[in-house]
Amino acid sequence: MVKVDGTSNGSSLIRVRNLDKRYQRGSEELHVLQGLNLDVEKGEFVAFMGPSGSGKTTLLNLLGGLDVPTAGSISVAGDEITAMSASKLTAWRARHVGFIFQMYNLIPVLTAFGNVELPLLLTKLGKAERRTHVETAMALVGLADRMSHFPRQLSGGQEQRVAIARAIVTDPTFLLCDEPTGDLDRKSADEVLDLIARLVKEFGKTVLMVTHDPRAAERAHVTLHLDKGVLVEAARAAV
Amino acid sequence: MKYLRLVFANLKRKKIRTTLTIGSFAVALFLFGLLIAIRTAFNGGADVAGVDRLDVINKTSLIMPLPYSYRERLANVAGVSGVTFATWFGGIYQDERNFFPQMAVDKDTWFQVYSEYKVPDAARKAFLADRQGCLIGRALAKRYGFKAGERIPLKGTIWPGAWEFNIDGIYDGARPEVDTNQMLFRYDYLEEKRQFGKGTVGWYVVKLANPDDAVKVTKTIDDDFANSPYETLTQTEQAFAASFVKQMGNIEFLVLTIGSVVFFTLLLVAGNTMAIAVRERTGELAVLKTVGFTDVGVLGLVIAETLVIAVQGGVIGLALAKLYTMGGDPTRGMLGGSFYLPVRSLLAGFGLALVVGAAAGLLPAVSAMRLKVVDALRRV
Repeated sequence: MVKVDGTSNGSSLIRVRNLDKRYQRGSEELHVLQGLNLDVEKGEFVAFMGPSGSGKTTLLNLLGGLDVPTAGSISVAGDEITAMSASKLTAWRARHVGFIFQMYNLIPVLTAFGNVELPLLLTKLGKAERRTHVETAMALVGLADRMSHFPRQLSGGQEQRVAIARAIVTDPTFLLCDEPTGDLDRKSADEVLDLIARLVKEFGKTVLMVTHDPRAAERAHVTLHLDKGVLVEAARAAV
Repeated sequence: MKYLRLVFANLKRKKIRTTLTIGSFAVALFLFGLLIAIRTAFNGGADVAGVDRLDVINKTSLIMPLPYSYRERLANVAGVSGVTFATWFGGIYQDERNFFPQMAVDKDTWFQVYSEYKVPDAARKAFLADRQGCLIGRALAKRYGFKAGERIPLKGTIWPGAWEFNIDGIYDGARPEVDTNQMLFRYDYLEEKRQFGKGTVGWYVVKLANPDDAVKVTKTIDDDFANSPYETLTQTEQAFAASFVKQMGNIEFLVLTIGSVVFFTLLLVAGNTMAIAVRERTGELAVLKTVGFTDVGVLGLVIAETLVIAVQGGVIGLALAKLYTMGGDPTRGMLGGSFYLPVRSLLAGFGLALVVGAAAGLLPAVSAMRLKVVDALRRV
């Protein structure tokens, strides 16, 4: 069960305590996150909403180990990532986090297969094993017949599905989605949300998603609102 | 190996830019190959010069002769195991542009002192039996299509008149540095036919029993002929060859300067190209880091790209240079007979290409390595 008051019993997959993030912009100091607490259990689908500049993406970056907090701690499955060195954090990220971006962020010179294979290059898997994993992920997102296509040969929705395949191909502990439907038309957005919901429901994936779209947020188990640097529970779906 | 696909995919991103960068490496390495071949040609004499040989010339000038009678006296100097001599002929074959060295040599002793000249037995026998005979170096024979059994007419310049020679054979060098761009003919034929200068030779070559005695023998010879009408200047063959090269200018310095400028320019061109390439794909590099590529891994990928470019350009440039130099001296003999690109220089050129490639990629690679994922993703 998602909690934002820091009173979890300790069984959370993701545990955030007193998270602070400050930025220096010129002479001005921005206090983006202020003593934020969060507990997310395995298999939960959490949506973060809030006005632009409220710190949603910053929170996602901190949870994914892409940025370091000014204060506070983040633990994932017992590993305190805020205490890790940069190189250890990189290795942890490769193993535990799947990222899905608004602009898909595929490598244009690689085929869909090559893009999905990228995270696997960092593993000890052999060529044949990597192929099997990629094929499985591509089949899961419904693009088994598009593996040799380059990103420019795919629609926006297909590109995002390839990005999802890339995010799940290593079977990460959780997925971080930053506005995954922000650049898609309604139909494609629904397809992508269906896919994410399926990953949660059928495969027990934990998903944390930043979105501006209330319809996307409706698909989550819990919607949290980020305001003035703290999280407030805005809605809870009947699961 | 599994990352190579990523490296090649990135290189194919801008095919024209990659091709032009490979081309700039190829041109630089081709030029490097030519410069080395020119340097080799100029230094050929010095490189091949025997450490156990001394050259004895007239102290006044190389173009002044020495008496034939010195031969016996030189042979009797303690520490000398052999003596031979040569005289520069300076004839013209058909046209003044067809320059190649011709030297009158002592038929009996020349090849004893110069063991690096490989003369087939039949050719040597024919040469000894034929007063008008001559031996042609392999490179020279190739350039003019000379064959054993043919006759070569030369127009004398020092000793005017028409001179004819029978080609008794083709000689080779035991090593690639040996000058095979020369024609050697018999001194007795020159002596018989020339109108003046009889009883003299151009210079002597003395073979030492022990190379360690070079200084002592040099002093003995020059002291022996001091205050005579024909004083001598004796020096090791290497020193002689080096001073001969120096007369044409500081070739080493020229080659080094031109080469440095070329490679520095190449470094700037390739470095700038890679910097642009890295800047263009900041977002993609951030994605690589996001999915787990380490900073060092990203650095390695960028450097690998420049290395692949350097390897391709280097191989093309050096291969073209090798092919070009295999065609022989493009100046038709002005550079000497050892105009070629040695294997060690090919390897050095390849190594240089790798160094320049790595150096060119280093700064862009470091900037890629330092790229902050969060900042880069914000720019996408």
